[in-house]
Amino acid sequence: MVRALLIRGMLVGLLAGLLVFGFGKVFGEPQVDRAIGFETAIDEVKAKEAKGIPVLQEPELVSREIQATAGLLTGVVVYSIAFGGLFALVFAVADRRVADLGPRATSALLAASGFVAVYVVPILKYPASPPAVGDADTIRERTALYFIMLAMSVGAMIAAALLRRRLATRIGGWDAALIAAGAYLAAMTAAAWILPGVNEVPDGFPAVVLWQFRVASFGMQLLMWTTIGLVFGAVTERAAASGARFPAQGGVRPTLR
Amino acid sequence: MSDTIFLPTVSAQPIPVRQVLPWAIFSVVAVLAIYFVGAEEGATSLFHGMYVHEFLHDGRHLLGFPCH
Repeated sequence: MVRALLIRGMLVGLLAGLLVFGFGKVFGEPQVDRAIGFETAIDEVKAKEAKGIPVLQEPELVSREIQATAGLLTGVVVYSIAFGGLFALVFAVADRRVADLGPRATSALLAASGFVAVYVVPILKYPASPPAVGDADTIRERTALYFIMLAMSVGAMIAAALLRRRLATRIGGWDAALIAAGAYLAAMTAAAWILPGVNEVPDGFPAVVLWQFRVASFGMQLLMWTTIGLVFGAVTERAAASGARFPAQGGVRPTLR
Repeated sequence: MSDTIFLPTVSAQPIPVRQVLPWAIFSVVAVLAIYFVGAEEGATSLFHGMYVHEFLHDGRHLLGFPCH
């Protein structure tokens, strides 16, 4: 049963990854190219100012063309399959344990929670940044801060889900969910307030490119989580209705959902 | 009460945790995959060189990871 869920999760992740690649290719890549154009222009100006000193050309290990096609596809698809698999495992634990709403609603809520915890809240503090934004000398600090924020966000979301379950029997589902959501937001607001900020946008970097890059990044993540949440739920419900996936639990689940 | 009908409003039991645990190893694989997409040859390196970083460059930026 878990095996079937895991395989389903990874297949849905693959589907999501292909959609996200298409979206990223159309809306994200132009912004990456513009940012690299800015970076190159800055480097040229610097080279002119420092006449006589040879420009340190970075060796191009992978061409831009490969980066923007095979590289983007690989990165996005591997990422999506991995999250599809993780999603399925969390679903296997959470379904009928943390929430009992039927596979479609549980899957959709789980994906919404994942989107908020894994992407939305961390990037509100440490937003996605195009090339040329970010000092190479601070990559260690920035990576550490980003993953600390990510870990705290995911941890707080899990804690909130458990809190909701505890409260639900006493004060009802709606109030329990509101209190849990409030607790998550309060914890993450405190974390964002305590953690140091990062501002390494170079002078003169076009604001429009930064904005559009971040909107494209947001869109890619929204597309991935929506696809995983909705498709996984639909397929799981269909499998459950046919009784194929839950024979050990007595077969038929109510289909009135 | 001849018209009493059975309404299955209570769902089946959750999947027992001991059935999920053996598959948890896949979460390690998944996290490792996400690490490779997001951070390898950036802040930390398992391999020498920059090939992984350069190949996955665009996805890393667009997925929201700090890249360089």
